[in-house]
Amino acid sequence: MEIALSLVRQMRDSLRDLTPVVLVMAFFQLAVIRQPLPPTLDVIDMVIGLVGVVVGLALFIKGLALGLFPVGENLARAFVIKGSPVWLLLFAFALGFGSTVAEPALIAVAGRAASVAVEGGLIRHTDTAQLAFAFTLRMVVAVSVGSAVVVGVLRILKGWPLHLMIIIGYVIVLLLTLITPAAMVGIAYDSGGVTTSTITVPLVTALGVGLASAIKGRNPMLDGFGLIAFASVMPIIFVLLFGSIGLPLLSAVAL
Amino acid sequence: MNYLATFWRTLLDILPIVTIIFGFQYLVIRKPVKRLAQVLIGFLMVWVGLSLFLVGLEQALFPMGELMASQLTASQFLPELAEGTQRHWRDYYWVYLFAFTMGASTTLAEPSLVAVSIKAGEISGGTINPLMLRIAVALGMALGITLGTWRIVMGWPLHWFIFTAYLLVIVQTLRSPRSIVPLAFDSGGVTTSTITVPIIVALGLGLASAIPGRSPLMDGFGMIALACLFPIISVMGYAQIAQWLGTRYSLANKHKQR
Repeated sequence: MEIALSLVRQMRDSLRDLTPVVLVMAFFQLAVIRQPLPPTLDVIDMVIGLVGVVVGLALFIKGLALGLFPVGENLARAFVIKGSPVWLLLFAFALGFGSTVAEPALIAVAGRAASVAVEGGLIRHTDTAQLAFAFTLRMVVAVSVGSAVVVGVLRILKGWPLHLMIIIGYVIVLLLTLITPAAMVGIAYDSGGVTTSTITVPLVTALGVGLASAIKGRNPMLDGFGLIAFASVMPIIFVLLFGSIGLPLLSAVAL
Repeated sequence: MNYLATFWRTLLDILPIVTIIFGFQYLVIRKPVKRLAQVLIGFLMVWVGLSLFLVGLEQALFPMGELMASQLTASQFLPELAEGTQRHWRDYYWVYLFAFTMGASTTLAEPSLVAVSIKAGEISGGTINPLMLRIAVALGMALGITLGTWRIVMGWPLHWFIFTAYLLVIVQTLRSPRSIVPLAFDSGGVTTSTITVPIIVALGLGLASAIPGRSPLMDGFGMIALACLFPIISVMGYAQIAQWLGTRYSLANKHKQR
């Protein structure tokens, strides 16, 4: 009963996210464009799709709050108490990696990137090549978020200054951009924003805040956050590397 | 059949995190999971929810973004083009206006931003106004994606914009009040919710394939990156202005007391 009630509340939140989108589009359709919708567009399918988005997102977020988040937080606390840095870092990597693989926005963008890469002639025009590209892209991003969380945990343990590390990250991005094929640059930059949405942020923040409050002299507000900042810079670096080094190697073998 | 395939694929998507969580729990920490039934129900909901969302994404969110992009760039919608001339970037003003309205409205309504801004107001002890902070984030986001659409129209390299934005972020990070920096970086992530990301991506790719001389691969991506960067700049900018006003106000008070 309680679950059902909070599910309804979550649906209201998802609906609130969607409402401005629908309102702005409706306004532009009725007041600015004023043309009949193209006949290829199935409006009923679209409405069903929107219902799927609202219900699906509510189920997803509520399900995370019931299952993954409490267990993940308990585990994070257990590893902090355990006090073994190796296990803590291993867990941090696995957490960042696993949660990114299940990130809905990343699944969506990787799929689009793959079909655009096929159309643009970046990879071969086969279904296997397209699927392989989308899968590899997601794996690269997932590994990068895992590494970002490891670096973030190390930073909290050692007390390294955050803004200095972010600036170094930016400089690496700038340098890598110069050697990466232009076709991969846009995808790389966008993958940084995609990782920090529904699932990775709460899990990783829980780890950071738990860690920062367990270590003396660390401020959970200031130090707990840094993990997210890394999680949005590291994917850019890794996907740029993938574009400049990984993709040429891969296309020689599979794509 | 399509639905079944999606359900099967999402099962594979959530398998890694499930394996990791239970693997560490039972093999390393070696303690039973508290409230196992509830946790399992939670994972089931994640699976069904993610599948439904991805189906809806293909059926609704992507087509919506693409539709707007193709309609707003259709030749019968744009102003008359004189014979033999190139289209001017100003002709696409409805595209910029649409991007701006979309960015601002979705950000202002974003539930997680409301929570973050109230918290920030409490922490700052009154120097940060929650509503002003939300407006700052929304303006940053709106400006980011409007600039993104303009870049696609112009066909300029994305990294010019990113480099400039990075430079601004770095300079501001060094000059802003320390306490606002984490918040500013956080607000960049808040603007790109799971619903807005697909629409923005579809809009960018749609624009890049509709505008003559642009290709989706070279020009279509980059709006998300700009949408994440500009709120960081606008939030730190707001903090600097608030701090400046604050010191001026207290200085004026001192003068009065004399």
